[in-house]
Amino acid sequence: MTDIIQKVKNLSIGFRSKKGEEILILKNISTNIKKGETVGIVGESGSGKSTLALAMMGYVKHGLYTIEGECQFNSSNLLKMKSKDLEKIRGRKIAMIPQNAGQALTPNLKIGYQIDEALQLHSDLNEKEREKKISELLNKVRLPSPETIALRYPHELSGGQQQRVAVAMALAGTPDLLLLDEPTTGLDVTTQAHVLELLNFIAKDTGTSMVYVSHDLGAIAQVSDRIIVMYSGEIVLEGPSRDILKRPIHPYTHGLLKSIPKLSLAGLPESMPGSQPQPGTIQSGCSFFDRCNFSDENCKNNSPKLEFLKDLNTSVRCFNYEKLVNESQASQTVNKIKNKSQDKEILNLSEVSISYAKQKLLDQIFNRISDDNPTVKDININIKKGETIALVGESGSGKSTILKSIAGLLRTKDGLIRFDENRNLSSDLKERDPNDLRIIQLIFQNPDESLNPNHTVEEIIAQPLKLYFGLKGEELKKNIVDLLQKVRLGEFYTSRYPRQLSGGEKQRVAVARAFAAKPDIILCDEVTSALDVSVQAAVLNLLQQLKEDFGTTYIFVSHDLAVVRAISDRVAVLYQGRLCEVGPSNDVYKFPSHPYTEVLLGAVLEPDPDIKPKLVAEDIVEERPPEKGCSFQGRCSRIVGDICKKEIPPWQLTDSGNAIRCHIPIKELQKEQF
Amino acid sequence: MLFLIIKRILLGFITLFIVSIITFVGTEVLPGDACTTYLERQAFGEQLEACYRRLGLNIPAYERYVSWALNAIQGDFGYSLSGEMPIKEVLGPRIKNSLVLASAAIFIGIPIALILGIITALWRDKLPDVAISTVTIFAMTIPEFISATLLILIIAIWLEWLPGIVIVPTDVSFLELLPNIILPVVAIAMIMTAHMARMVRSSVIQVMASEYVQMAILKGVPYWKMVFKHVLPNALLPAINVVALTIAWLLGGVVVTEVVFNYPGLGRLVIESISNRDLPTVQALAIILASIYVSINLLADLLTLMLNPRLKTLQIRK
Repeated sequence: MTDIIQKVKNLSIGFRSKKGEEILILKNISTNIKKGETVGIVGESGSGKSTLALAMMGYVKHGLYTIEGECQFNSSNLLKMKSKDLEKIRGRKIAMIPQNAGQALTPNLKIGYQIDEALQLHSDLNEKEREKKISELLNKVRLPSPETIALRYPHELSGGQQQRVAVAMALAGTPDLLLLDEPTTGLDVTTQAHVLELLNFIAKDTGTSMVYVSHDLGAIAQVSDRIIVMYSGEIVLEGPSRDILKRPIHPYTHGLLKSIPKLSLAGLPESMPGSQPQPGTIQSGCSFFDRCNFSDENCKNNSPKLEFLKDLNTSVRCFNYEKLVNESQASQTVNKIKNKSQDKEILNLSEVSISYAKQKLLDQIFNRISDDNPTVKDININIKKGETIALVGESGSGKSTILKSIAGLLRTKDGLIRFDENRNLSSDLKERDPNDLRIIQLIFQNPDESLNPNHTVEEIIAQPLKLYFGLKGEELKKNIVDLLQKVRLGEFYTSRYPRQLSGGEKQRVAVARAFAAKPDIILCDEVTSALDVSVQAAVLNLLQQLKEDFGTTYIFVSHDLAVVRAISDRVAVLYQGRLCEVGPSNDVYKFPSHPYTEVLLGAVLEPDPDIKPKLVAEDIVEERPPEKGCSFQGRCSRIVGDICKKEIPPWQLTDSGNAIRCHIPIKELQKEQF
Repeated sequence: MLFLIIKRILLGFITLFIVSIITFVGTEVLPGDACTTYLERQAFGEQLEACYRRLGLNIPAYERYVSWALNAIQGDFGYSLSGEMPIKEVLGPRIKNSLVLASAAIFIGIPIALILGIITALWRDKLPDVAISTVTIFAMTIPEFISATLLILIIAIWLEWLPGIVIVPTDVSFLELLPNIILPVVAIAMIMTAHMARMVRSSVIQVMASEYVQMAILKGVPYWKMVFKHVLPNALLPAINVVALTIAWLLGGVVVTEVVFNYPGLGRLVIESISNRDLPTVQALAIILASIYVSINLLADLLTLMLNPRLKTLQIRK
């Protein structure tokens, strides 16, 4: 048994509610982490996965306390250890790579100092040796020119670079166990793939054990040997990674995998109804009972124990797992969406440029924007009535900027935005009349911030109804209830405040508010990014249903290419505010022709250990679009010559109706990818 | 960086210019003027004319503003009406007195405030925090005229340790002034310290809850090293501006306290000259107080800029 590095024994962690009840966040968790192994802990937000990872370092957050159990490292219990002794283990034996490196690096200290601090604490090197070591570490995490990086402050680095610094800092103490708390969440797809590849390399190179905590099964699939699935503070499934992903024998994991949109499969995934019970909910039976498709009377009254199945080498907490043993993951069903778009054009963007440049005094007086190299440039898109068009690209690609201009939150520098062929919407909000405002509605990424916390659901939805239609009294009330029913929320929600709702419910309220204005176009800005996967599928299905009922047009912005694949009819790929490719989603995903589209799709992580991401281009970040030539020249692996640097590539059309902006002839582009 | 400093200084001058115009116009449009106030019932006919000529009030307002402003820049604010002496001479000792009072309160109050704020934050919800926080909240909520009066009653009248009110000439030497200022300083410092301690407390608590502090703990950084390296520099940055405002408030005259203790500082001068309708002095005071606010805020902003690496690079990039 010497190969066990961390042993979690009957661990329960919780807090005391205002009424004095003990509320459990973790319920009786036991598991072992072996030497050299990478364990993935997966679960939705609130499942207790981060609390478990922190407990493995002997850290319990302010307000929580250990109720029972141990976290043993080298046969001593970290949870009972004195802080003096813990300081010698943290960073030296067990190190943490945090979720959001941007927030986890101290803002007033230089990168070099922060790594040096770890070296001072956990190694015997002298100053000269440490300096060399810092360069070595920064090199190891593949940061360019380590000497200059060491002298920078955290905010001067990009998200991907910050995450690499956090990795370097964790490696400084040469730990035996690395804990990773959602280390790639919040990074761009391409950056995420690169960081994961780096972590995999480090695991192999140093033989360090890793505990990888994430809600993203795609990321977990790429790194872990073993997977622990958590639900409501309990382990519900634990076993070898491949078995769990290919043949999930717990209904929760089964449903979770089904609700993830896949790149290879167009159409909306099945959603899992309901949500995780709040901590402190008293249940006599299985905690997953309400949401389970395989449950019976027994599940309602008795809670299942975690049972080890020898022949499958898997532990499962379910009475009816046998029903799932024979069902394979391949039987994923999707609701194919029908393209309902009509030929009528509803919104036309022609030659649109948008600039964030600060106006000089003279320009302010003449009310003009002068910027030769604007953030967004030359956007030409025709949007047809009833279609869903998606704008995709990494952060900084200008996709949200375009949405803001359509909504009127940002004025355009050049070009025209026309609604319904004749109404000019190029102006900003102040110059639009109420009807122009009504026809375009926005749904934001984060419902926590887009819903007024001091308004009840009723007041939130009533606002557009009063503003645009002047409804009052009974009629207003009836309309609100109708809208709530449309988004599958009952009438009793009217008197609730946003804080009393779950993430999914909040986003439904935001959807209802958008539809209350009876808009022609709804702009969706990363509407599912803040939601858990199972909730995401439900919201996507809801949006699709509403669209079919009302004939609304969606402009959908997302960085998640699988989600875009699931919901959109057409895709526009953006890089640095310039269009790269526009075409029907089926074709864009089938024949990724523009080199950038190829990079993006290659980096997508699928919850399948057999599909590895392809890393085509470096994940460097460019601060400004290039002045001349192709926007993607800085990262393109297929540059054909000087022409890419000098001339803006022409639009080329494929047979299926894809438009691609590249200097490489279309035939060659498609040929080389097969 | 240099460009920014120059820009801020210019903006400061513009602010002062606007303040001077507002006070000038304000005194101009008020019914009555220096002569009617001074002559009272004799303010008519020949005498009034003579007074106007003597004070130069018969020339147009904008010309008077220009000559007043030109003189003011050189430190000459004209004559005070009530004392009939140059305002410069009236202001001099008052400014000195206010400076003495303010610096004493600052040197005592700010270190105490910082220490109390940090202690309450680090021992949050434990005994030291509960005890200190209760006291600071009391000190904050009791108005200064009550705490000052109580101080006089207890220390000066019952115990007879210190003089209760300041009855010394305005231009007394520092050593003679010293025993007189102890009570006013305590009264002011109490409120100021309490406010600042609360501010520092919440700022430190906020930083303690940040992800980078959690990260530092998980990196194995010892507690006090973490506090001094990772917490305090980030927590005290926002305090600079509050400290600056407090200093400006102190220098600008803590009117109530000065009146209660009969302290000959700027604050009491403001009250006196307003009730005497001594308009030239009011104008001079408005400009001086505005300059104090502008320059101290400017200093604080520059200091924040220098200490916060995030702002520094932002500015340089621009």
